[in-house]
Amino acid sequence: MEKNMSMTKVAMPEQEPDVRNKNFSEVALGYTKEMAMEEAARCLNCKHKPCMTGCPVNVPIPGFIEKVAAGDFEAAYEIITSENALPAICGRVCPQENQCEGKCVRGIKGEPVAIGRLERFVADYHMANAVSSEVQPQKNGKRVAVVGSGPAGITCAGELVKKGYEVTVFEALHKAGGVLSYGIPEFRLPKDLVAREIETVEKLGVDIQTNVIVGRSVTIDELIEQGYNAVFVGSGAGLPRFLNIPGENLLGVYSANEFLTRVNLMKAYKFPETPTPVKVGKKVAVVGAGNVAMDAARTAKRLGAEEVYIVYRRSEEELPARAEEVHHAKEEGIIFKLLNNPCEIHGEDGWVKGIEVVKQELGEPDASGRRSPKPIEGSNYVIDVDTVVIAIGQSPNPLIRQTTPGLDTQKWGGIIVDEDTMKTSKEGVYAGGDTVTGAATVILAMGAGKKAAKAIDEYLQGKTE
Amino acid sequence: MYKIVSKEILNSAVELMVIEAPFVANKCEAGQFVIVRVDEDGERVPLTIADYDREKKTVTIIYQVIGYSTGLLSKKQAGDYVQDFVGPLGQPAPLHKCDHVIGVAGGVGAAPLYPQLRKLHEMGVKVDVIIGGRSEEFVILKEKFEAFCDHVYVTTDDGSAGIKGFVTTVLQDLIDKGEKFDEVIAIGPLIMMKNVVKVTKPLEIPTAVSLNPIMIDGTGMCGGCRVTVGGQTRFACVDGPDFDGFLVDFDECMKRQGMFREEEHECKLRAAQ
Ligand SMILES: Cc1cc2nc3c(=O)[nH]c(=O)nc-3n(C[C@H](O)[C@H](O)[C@H](O)COP(=O)(O)OP(=O)(O)OC[C@H]3O[C@@H](n4cnc5c(N)ncnc54)[C@H](O)[C@@H]3O)c2cc1C
Ligand SMILES: Cc1cc2nc3c(=O)[nH]c(=O)nc-3n(C[C@H](O)[C@H](O)[C@H](O)COP(=O)(O)OP(=O)(O)OC[C@H]3O[C@@H](n4cnc5c(N)ncnc54)[C@H](O)[C@@H]3O)c2cc1C
Ligand code: SF4
Ligand code: FES
Repeated sequence: MEKNMSMTKVAMPEQEPDVRNKNFSEVALGYTKEMAMEEAARCLNCKHKPCMTGCPVNVPIPGFIEKVAAGDFEAAYEIITSENALPAICGRVCPQENQCEGKCVRGIKGEPVAIGRLERFVADYHMANAVSSEVQPQKNGKRVAVVGSGPAGITCAGELVKKGYEVTVFEALHKAGGVLSYGIPEFRLPKDLVAREIETVEKLGVDIQTNVIVGRSVTIDELIEQGYNAVFVGSGAGLPRFLNIPGENLLGVYSANEFLTRVNLMKAYKFPETPTPVKVGKKVAVVGAGNVAMDAARTAKRLGAEEVYIVYRRSEEELPARAEEVHHAKEEGIIFKLLNNPCEIHGEDGWVKGIEVVKQELGEPDASGRRSPKPIEGSNYVIDVDTVVIAIGQSPNPLIRQTTPGLDTQKWGGIIVDEDTMKTSKEGVYAGGDTVTGAATVILAMGAGKKAAKAIDEYLQGKTE
Repeated sequence: MYKIVSKEILNSAVELMVIEAPFVANKCEAGQFVIVRVDEDGERVPLTIADYDREKKTVTIIYQVIGYSTGLLSKKQAGDYVQDFVGPLGQPAPLHKCDHVIGVAGGVGAAPLYPQLRKLHEMGVKVDVIIGGRSEEFVILKEKFEAFCDHVYVTTDDGSAGIKGFVTTVLQDLIDKGEKFDEVIAIGPLIMMKNVVKVTKPLEIPTAVSLNPIMIDGTGMCGGCRVTVGGQTRFACVDGPDFDGFLVDFDECMKRQGMFREEEHECKLRAAQ
């Protein structure tokens, strides 16, 4: 097959920035067949497969790309899903530039192969064309409980049900999906798509029980007493951090979780058609610069805010969000106030009126190699805003550790596991995803769920013998 | 989906429902609450567990029909279902064994107070209660309290039942007359709880209050329910809803409760159409 030696990726069709920053429909529209095949032809099918070393779940990347180039999209789908159960999601939200694409040989001179876009194309093609042929596997008589229905829990449940286990997922919220449902906005990850991925595991036989808060509605010890042979905890990192500066409880200050949950899970963007409201005001400051911050900022813009600022204490280089999100945010008119650290939120009659920031300069690199910001004395100024969204990170919710005796956790709250098996200090209990690592990525959570499923299987098979 | 086993109209604004919810009924304790979603796309509405039956796997809620979502709930009848019903949420009320406790209830606050006082009674504590309402009709659960309280005092704003005046007037009176209370538990509108604390704080009578800030998830995930207690930020849904009344910043709570007043109004108008 003729190689495509273009230095750049085949462009992704997108909604125009000025149109999309007023709606909640998906920004990137996806490749056509022809575009996908053209892009796939850029892959050199390298013998040593550097891209794969960057993939946390070892998707056979050159293998699936070869099938795309040949137009055999179903075969490509089979190859991807041998290692990755949620390709439509990962293709959209993985930080490819730090993973597969970051290692791609084509990226040395020019742009890497658009592996993420191809993965997305293959998954979408399959969803649109394939008839689902999910067969329920033979049951082996053992039961596993999964806490949380985010990517870690769903992946673990899917793997175990395929091995014949009877799996029940307990989810605290009224809807399954974890951050994929309540955090990441519609315009980046359509909720229909998340719902379909979840339906797929349900069709395999996984029982998802929403409205059950493990630790409150039932404890892990009680689940074990009730006959679950093992438990996987994938409860995520849902506890929002605040800045602990004056003014944080003023009206108009949200955690990103609250802001995004109102909009995504409770559909406040349709208010008053739906009853849960959200207030955005005219000028919004979002504190932080990760994916969560970008999502909050772009959401605020779509809800009609005239000026939206990203306020971040480090510089462009340290921006932790996916490159594509930063690029999209800028296109949509989000204003970046970098090297600015908030020190106080000012109010009037109880409502936010402005956010006071101190300008920063970067000092010497610290132990982690990151240059840490230092305040410039006397450089304070106030940005006029009426809404502030705090997006500076989340930690694991303490509920599970408080209600599960014998479960060892880190000082900051993360559950301690054996890295090879995801086994915790408590017999029969495994954990993975953000609840172990702290806020990380979808693919790492999935990888952990998969690893745990394998270890749980080995543990339970060993137990009978 | 969760079945409404029975429904009772307590007065023109307050209704009671018994709902089948095995997980909640199994584990709940006095002081905890649930979140109800009436239908798909509905709001998550926090409501205190007023009673429960572990055998029948049911939970009782008592709610005031105040706005859009409680109005929607009110349209449901026995035999119907609500979409979601999750709990128990929050901490069980920190009830201590002591000699004498008085409960102070304002309006629908009598509902959450009821299981707490009953539990104290079961623990062998002598309990009294002051129930306040706008008028006679709004004094709820009086008979239920009479079943185990030594004294039930009623106050109404208009004097249509009991003593004309506020619950705090009666509380102050009792204290002035020399009644000794080891603890006061006050549940009602924020302004009422604030005023109860004004009476009890100078006398150093420990006072528990129950906060009901605007909540979404009720699991510690959004931080929308944050309140300042003793100078520190706490999440009412996981750290509360009951707190030491002496330490609560009531003024901040009152402001935060009004965050969506305009939108609530808009919702109501829509419902009225
Ligand atoms: C706004 C936002 C944007 C993001 N963008 C990206 C991105 O672009 N790319 C990327 O790779 N990552 C992104 N992330 C991070 C990624 O979503 C998470 O790393 C990933 O979802 C973690 O998966 P998890 O399964 O461990 O936990 P979660 O997805 O958090 O799921 C945990 C689930 O467990 C439930 N739960 C918690 N406690 C209990 C309990 N006691 N009982 C029952 N259920 C419980 C929760 O309700 C939740 O549904 C983003 C995160 C956010 C918040
Ligand atoms: C822990 C807790 C326990 C509660 N227990 C009871 C109870 O036992 N009986 C009862 O009648 N009420 C109780 N409430 C209050 C009840 O949740 C609100 O009255 C209800 O949500 C109003 O919704 P609405 O749409 O009908 O009214 P709206 O018109 O939307 O609002 C009326 C008022 O209710 C409050 N409110 C609105 N939305 C919420 C929300 N999501 N969370 C909390 N408050 C809100 C606001 O202060 C508002 O001013 C409790 C609240 C909390 C937080
Ligand atoms: S590194 Fe890039 S060019 Fe090489 S096989 Fe992987 S995707 Fe293809
Ligand atoms: S209601 Fe969301 S943290 Fe309490």
